Order: sequence, then C-alpha cells, then structure tokens
Amino acid sequence: MSGEATNHMAGGSVMGDPGPNGRFGEFGGRFVPESLFPACLELEEAFRSAWADPAFRARLDGLLARFGGRPTPVTECQRLGERLGIRLLLKREDLAHTGSHKLNNVVGQALLTQRMGKHRMIAETGAGQHGVAAATASALLGLDCTVFMGEVDTERQALNVFRMELLGAEVKTVRTGSRTLKDAVNEALREWVATVDDTHYCLGSVMGPHPFPYMVRELQRVVGTEAHAQSLEILGAVPDVVVACVGGGSNAAGTFTGFVDTDARLVGVEAAGGAAATNGIPGILHGMRSRLLQDEEGQIREAESISAGLDYPGIGPEHAHLGAIGRAEYARATDDEVLDAFSVLAQTEGIIAALEPCHALAWVIAEAGRSIQAGSTVLVTLSGRGDKDVAQVRDLLAERAAR
Amino acid sequence: MPDTSVTARPGGLEAALRARRDGGAKLLIPYVMAGMTDDWIEVLQAIASAGADAIEVGLPFSDPMIDGPVVQAAGLAAFERHPTIQGLLDQLAIAELGIPVAVMTYYNLVFRFGHRRFAASLVAAGVSAAIVPDLPLEELDPWAAAADAGGIETVLMVAPSTPPARVAAIATRSRGFLYAITRMGVTGERAALGDAAAGVVERARAVSDLPICAGIGISTPEQAREVCEVADGVVVGSALVRRLLDGVGPEGAAEFVGELRGALGG
Repeated sequence: MSGEATNHMAGGSVMGDPGPNGRFGEFGGRFVPESLFPACLELEEAFRSAWADPAFRARLDGLLARFGGRPTPVTECQRLGERLGIRLLLKREDLAHTGSHKLNNVVGQALLTQRMGKHRMIAETGAGQHGVAAATASALLGLDCTVFMGEVDTERQALNVFRMELLGAEVKTVRTGSRTLKDAVNEALREWVATVDDTHYCLGSVMGPHPFPYMVRELQRVVGTEAHAQSLEILGAVPDVVVACVGGGSNAAGTFTGFVDTDARLVGVEAAGGAAATNGIPGILHGMRSRLLQDEEGQIREAESISAGLDYPGIGPEHAHLGAIGRAEYARATDDEVLDAFSVLAQTEGIIAALEPCHALAWVIAEAGRSIQAGSTVLVTLSGRGDKDVAQVRDLLAERAAR
Repeated sequence: MPDTSVTARPGGLEAALRARRDGGAKLLIPYVMAGMTDDWIEVLQAIASAGADAIEVGLPFSDPMIDGPVVQAAGLAAFERHPTIQGLLDQLAIAELGIPVAVMTYYNLVFRFGHRRFAASLVAAGVSAAIVPDLPLEELDPWAAAADAGGIETVLMVAPSTPPARVAAIATRSRGFLYAITRMGVTGERAALGDAAAGVVERARAVSDLPICAGIGISTPEQAREVCEVADGVVVGSALVRRLLDGVGPEGAAEFVGELRGALGG
C-alpha cells in the first residue's frame, strides 16, 4: 500500500486508493474544522501503517475469526430462488457476532484506537447495530465507549440501547435536529473536537471525512473477498448481479470490492424516503462531498424510512462516484416492498433478516423476471439479523392489515 | 468607538482592523445569528454603536458541526421564522452598520449557491468577509478564488491542535484577520480560559502580521481582557447569543457589548 498513490485506479481496481486527499472522482475529501484536521491526518497515517503491517492484519483476522465468527457462510435460497426464477445467494453477515457486518469495522477501529495510544471510542448509531458493535469491541479490548443515538432511534430501538449499556457503554441521547442518525453524527463530531487527544471517533459507515470512507471500506472488504470465493465455489462463476442495501453504504462497499473488477452488475438499494444516490444533489455534509438530500439553498433534508439504519440524507462518497461513472447503479425500495420481503424471506427460507438488507431483497423480488433475467445468479448481502426489528414489524403489519 | 474613517466596503475588514490595532486598540467582534430574533438587524445596529469593531453574522445551517448548544438554539430560532439565506442577506444589505461584517456559515450553503454567486451575494449585501469553518486549507481553492475575485476576504482559523508549519500556511492564506480558536471544542461559554489560548495566539503571532482575534469559549469581559493580553482582539458569540435568546433585545446587547468594550479599553 502506498501513501503516495493519488490515483483512485491505483492497484488497478476501480475501488482503489483514494490518495492523500481522499478523492473518489469529484466526491470525498476532508471538510472538517481546523481543530479536527490534524486528527484526520493522524488517523490516516495510523491506518495506512497498520494496514500495511502483517502483525496488525493477523491480529484483526484472528479476532474476526475466533471472536467474530468469520468467515460467514453463503446460503443458497432454494425455495425463494425457485419462486423468483433465479439462483439466489445470501451472504450471511447476520451470522457474524453481534448480528451484523458492523463488527468487521469496529474491531479494526478498536485495534487502531489502541495503536494510536487512545483509550476511548465514541460512535454514532442509527438502528443501534453499529453502536452495539462498537460497545462490543470496546468491551473486548478494554476501551471506554460512548455512543450517540438520536432520540427517535433510542425509542424505536430501545433494546439496542440496553444492549449497549449491558456491554458497558454510555449511550447519549441526541435531541437536536431531526433526532436521528445525521444528528447523532453531528453530536459525535462535536464531542470528537473536544476530546480528540484521548478519543477516537469510530465512524460506522463509508462516510465522513477522509480517511473514513476509505478505511471503513477496507475494513469491510472481507465481506466481498469471502463472497467472491464462496460464489465461485457454489456457482463456478461470479454472480450476474450483486446487491446490497445502502444507508451510508458500508456493507455495500465491502461487498462491491469483491466484484467491482468483474463483470457482475452491482446494485445498491436505498430506502425510498432516504434515496440520496438517486434523489441527492452534490453537496458537503459531515466532512465529505457526496450526494445529499437538500433544499434549494443547501439546508439538509431529513430522510424518512421504517429502517433506522437507512435514515441518512447522504451516501458514502465512493458510492456517489461509482454511480457517476456507471459502475454501480442505485435503486429504491418502498417501506411496503420491504415489509413483504421481510415476511417472504422468513416464510420461505427460515431467516428473519434486518429491515435494512430487506431493501436489497425487495429490489431483487421486484426486478426478478424484469431487469434480472430468468435464470440469473444473484448475490444479496444480508447485512444483519432482524431480531431488533421484530416488534416494529409486528406493529407495521398490524397497521397495514387495518388499512 | 470604531474609527469611522474606515468604511465598511467589501474588502474593508482587514484595513479596518489593522487601523484600529495599529492605533493601539483591542478589537471586539461580537457574533449574532442572522434571523434569530425579529429585531436582529436592530441588534446589529445597537452593537455597532456600542463599540464593536466588526460583526460576525451567522447564516443558519441545518447541520452546524462546530456550534455549541447556545448557537444551535439560535439557529433553530432562526429556522422557526422560515428564512431564506438570500432573504437574510437582503435584510443585511440595508442595515447601514458603518462597520465591517463577516458572515460565518458552513460550506454546503456556499457550494449550493455556487462559489461566484455566493461571493456576489455577499458583496451585494455589503459583507466584507466570510468564515467557513468546515472548509480547511486543503479544500479552500475553489471558494477562495471566487472570493478573491469578488473582493470577499476569507478568514481562516488556527486551532490548538494546528502544528506550527500549518499555522504559517494558514496565516499566509487568511484575509481580514486570523481567527485563533482558543480551545478544542464547540462554541460556548466556559468558566475559565483554557491553557491553550496563549499558545495558539503566540504560534500565530510568530508567523503573521495579520490581526489575530481569539474566539470560542470567551464569555466575560474579564476573559476578553485576559485573552487580549496576547491576542489583538476577541470574538464573543455564545455569551451574547444567550442574552439575546433570553430576550435582552438591542438595548441589552448594546449594554453587554459596552461592558466588553470597557474591559478592553476604548
């Protein structure tokens, strides 16, 4: 890995090194107050050095295997695949420890926190998956942990708040702005400015200022690397279509790294109420230039979806870039389609998935026989398990039955 | 009172501040959030008459990354009035303050307007300078080119965490004055000045002849006087904004600014 690389094609991959200024085409960058700029430089240097250090990589891989349960399997959905007329594979991140792909990122960042000589991590969370993962990694490695969570989310994900507290983390309820994920990010950034000497900000997705979009994508690369090999084993080829849900877009970014340099069609699926990739306009938020939901004067709009993890008015800058160059396409799923996908997967395959990846599945169900030709092979990353969503889904289904 | 021989034309911030500093005065720059009260323009006028050398006017943004709770509350108060940025600038344009104005806002508003159009809107509003805290040196060029061409001075910030070589690079590019952030953290009042305040000002002084104004966490006339033992001046935000949110109005704002002016000497 070279710190000198300035070309995102470095290494020959479309998803390569974004260079010292963290550019993915016109997107990315490092739009932070001067107080945080040195911390971003320090973090980039620490990450690049760790990522090039075989001992660091071995420690991370060891923890992900023996603590995190990696590699996660790929499951072929016989019944649902037959119904849709395709071969459908699921990359089972729901089976990783803490129930989502988020652990890959936080274990890496927790090890980096130690490597930088810091003793505390702060994190934002929407659905609570990243917060739980950050609290878990902090407990494992003996770090202090504070998680910022919007008040709307602490209400709809109350059990995850308690999980984080059980793991020894402090959960701070954010009551500013829309009281959801974007405001939790604002509050975490404010806290980081004040505590940067001893605190690392463990951002949960491929967003924020450089090096976060690059670093988090690299830490999630394991999902795509495994899925590529597993697809070859099961199908004898890479899948025709690779699909993942996108809020900030970390599971999609990790998945896409395994397939971006193949012929596979890459699709990111957003919540219809938070579709920054398709409805967003270029702008600057949370330290990055990307596509954002915003009004005519640049005030950021609030995203709305049944899935707390996708309630974010932007997407990671690399996704904005992959969309701009046409290497990935971005689609939307409505709340109703997502609820249907949730039920169908449970009833045909015995898997209760999180609402977030049900967006990806909903798109596949809608497109099978249309833009996904009959007989195609499709891989969906199932980024998390649905236990956290069961109570909400019960209410939503009851509400829908009453309509 | 400010030196009224220097007028508040665009590009005039640095000239005004240098003239005052070189005349032996300490500089006082109060901050007010645009649109936070119905009488915000009267507040600016009262402050200008009460001994401010320039005024920093916040333009409300939905996601103010470096603002503490008080300034955030002022932003929300402004949004409750459903302003547009252009509407606020239009109000500012006819305020006739007689001292230079610097707007403080976040980069997305600038970017969405378009760099040249934003600079032109500031010029039309009689604004001299812009402070865009989430636009660091490395990302500055597209805006700075448009600002320079339009005659808008871009004030840059140095922080306690900024290494000396970087302080020099920032100081070279800053216009109007150099904004010394005296502590790590968001805006807001603090019981005491941090130890970092003197250090950051001294590092800036070593490499720059620009007026150096300290800000963030300066809450009282005593703290203003203390920080001005090293700095050329102060920016006072939350302490004034809190009073305005409490309803002191133009008279109360003028009274507080008068106290600050008194503590700094005429």
